Amino acid sequence: MLEIKNLNKSYKMGDSSLHVLKGIDLYAKSGEMVAIMGSSGSGKSTLLNIIGILDEADSGDYILDGVEIKNLNEKKAANYRNQFLGFVFQSFNLINYKNAMENVALPLYYQGLKRKERQEKAMFHLEKVGLADWAKHLPSELSGGQKQRVAIARALASEPKLLLADEPTGALDTTTSSEIMQFLQQLNDEGKTILLVTHEEDIAQMCKRIVRLRDGVIIEDTKIKQVRV
Amino acid sequence: MFKFLFDIDTWQEVSDSLTKNKVRTVITMIGVWWGILLLIGLLGSARGIENKFNSEFGDFATNSVFIWAQSTSRPFKGFQEGRRPRLKFSQLDNIRNNVPGIELVVPRNQNQAQVVRKFLSGNFGVSGDFPILDKIQKKNLISGRWINQNDIDLNKKIVVINDDVYKQIFEKDENAIGEYITINNINFKVVGVFKQGNFDFGGAMHIPFTTFQQIYNQGDNIGWLTITGKPEYSIKQIENDAKLILRNMNQIHPKDNRAFGSFNLGERFEQFKGFLTGMQFLTWFVGIATLIAGVFAIGNILLITVKERTKEIGIRRALGATPFEIKRQIVLEAVFLTIIAGIFGIISGGWILIALDSFFGQGAEATLVNPSVSILIVFISLIILVIFGTLIGLIPAGRATSIKPIEALREE
Repeated sequence: MLEIKNLNKSYKMGDSSLHVLKGIDLYAKSGEMVAIMGSSGSGKSTLLNIIGILDEADSGDYILDGVEIKNLNEKKAANYRNQFLGFVFQSFNLINYKNAMENVALPLYYQGLKRKERQEKAMFHLEKVGLADWAKHLPSELSGGQKQRVAIARALASEPKLLLADEPTGALDTTTSSEIMQFLQQLNDEGKTILLVTHEEDIAQMCKRIVRLRDGVIIEDTKIKQVRV
Repeated sequence: MFKFLFDIDTWQEVSDSLTKNKVRTVITMIGVWWGILLLIGLLGSARGIENKFNSEFGDFATNSVFIWAQSTSRPFKGFQEGRRPRLKFSQLDNIRNNVPGIELVVPRNQNQAQVVRKFLSGNFGVSGDFPILDKIQKKNLISGRWINQNDIDLNKKIVVINDDVYKQIFEKDENAIGEYITINNINFKVVGVFKQGNFDFGGAMHIPFTTFQQIYNQGDNIGWLTITGKPEYSIKQIENDAKLILRNMNQIHPKDNRAFGSFNLGERFEQFKGFLTGMQFLTWFVGIATLIAGVFAIGNILLITVKERTKEIGIRRALGATPFEIKRQIVLEAVFLTIIAGIFGIISGGWILIALDSFFGQGAEATLVNPSVSILIVFISLIILVIFGTLIGLIPAGRATSIKPIEALREE
C-alpha cells in the first residue's frame, strides 16, 4: 500500500538549511491503522504532507498503491490527491460558506461527477457519519465533533485508498475525541487504511501500530494491541 | 476546453463565492459600473450635442460663403474711398467660370414687406429667389411646391410662405395653396408653405427672383450671394477668389478688404466640427480611462480576496483541485463581476440618457437632441470589458496557484 524508502527533506531557513526528515523508511499494508507520534519539530507533519502529496521530498522513494510519486506536476499531484487520498485536519478545514453536504461533495466535483451523483454520494457519506439531518447546515452551525465528522465524510467521499488524519482530535474535548476515534476504528474495521498523526499517547493507543519519530528519524515502530473505544 | 462554461456547477461555484461576501462584491462592481455609466453618459451627451448641431445646420449646404457689398476703403483708379459698389447679376457668370471648385452661385434679393389677407396682416421679409436656393438650403415643404423655372421665366406672381406667415394671416387648418395674399399691395398666389429651419437666412416669403426685380425695380442689382464649393475644394480659397474677381470687375483696389463683406459658413462649420471631434475624443478618453480604473479595481479586490481565501484554495487543492481549476474559477469570478457590473452600467447609463433627454432634450431650443449611444459601441465596450476582466483576473489567479497547498493550509 505504502512504501517509503530513505526519504529526506530539508527546509531552507535563510542561509542554513534545516534537515527535517533524515532517511525515513516506512511500509504500511492495506487495512493498517498507523499512528505517527512525535513531539513538535520531530518531522511528523512534514512526513504526513509528503505522504499526502502536499509537499515533495528532496530524495528517496515514495510508492503509493504501486504508483511512484515523483516529479509530479501540479495537475498530476492534484489528480493523485483526489484519487488516492482523503484528508482529515486538526482544524477541520471546511469551507465556511458551503453547507455540510456541499463540503462533502467538493472532492467529487473535482472528480468531475455530475451534480446529482455528487449529492447522492455526499448524502450517503453524511448518513454514514450520522449527520444526514444536518446536511443543509453551515459549518458555523455545527459543533466541533460534528464538523470533524463532516470532514471525515468529505475525506471518504472520493473513496480514497488512504485516509490521512493530522491531529484529528487536537481541537476536540475528550468525549468527542473518543467519538471520532471510535468512528475511525470502525472505518478501519471496514478495511480502510488510516494514517494518523498525533502527539497524544491515548489516541495513539487506539491505533494498531505506532511509529515514533524524533528529530527526523524513526526511533520506534511497533505493532500494539488496539485499545477499542 | 470551454465545456465548463455551460456547466451549471461552474457558475454555482462562482456565485457561491461571490454571494458569500455581498458587500465586497457590490463594492467591487461599483468601479466598473461607474466607468461604463460615465462612458455612456458622456458619449450620449456628445452625440446629443452633435445631433443638435446637425439639426441646426441639417438642411444647409455647409461648405458655403455669403458675400455682400459694403463700401470701399481705398481710392482706386480715380475713384475715391467710401464708394458703395453693387453686386450685379451680370457679373455672376464671370465668378462661376473663373473660380475653381464652385458648385453653385445663388443670387438673392431681400426686402421687408407688408402682407395682407382679408382682415389679417403682418410684416415679414420677402426675398427674390431662384429654384436652386432649394439646393443649398433645403426647404421643408409642408404643402404645395417650391419656385420653379417657369415662375422665373414668366415673372409669375406666386409666393412660397413659411409657417409663421401662414399662422399670421391664415386661420388654423385653412388651406393656403391657391389663395391670394397682398404683398405691398400686389396680389400673389400662394403655391407652397414650408417649415422654417433653425438655420435659415433670408425671408419668410419667397417670390421668383425675376418678379422681385420687377416689382422692386432692382434692374441688374442683387442683394447678396451665396456660393457653395465642391467638397474637395477649400471654401476659404473660393471666398478669396470670388471676392478678388468682384473687386476686379468693380474697379476696386485688389487689397481693399472692406468693399465686399462675407461670412464663411464653411470655415465656421469646420471649426465647430473640430471642436466636436475634440470633445468626442475627450469623452472617449475619460470614459475608457474610468472603465480601465474600474477593471483594475476588480483585479485589486480579487487580489485581496485571494489572499483572504488562501486557506480555502489550499483546502480545494488538497481535495484535488488542479491549479487550472483554481485559476479558472478566479478568472470567471472576475469576468462575471465585470459583465454584471457592465450590464448594470449600461442599463443605468440608459436611464441617465433618458433623464438628460427629458431635462435638456425637449422643445425647439433643446441643448441636446436625441442623446444616444449606438448599440454597437455598447457591445464593443462590453467585449473590451470582458477581455480586460479576464486579463486582470489572471493576476490574482496566478498568485492563488503560486502558493504551495501546504503553505496555504498552514495559514490561519
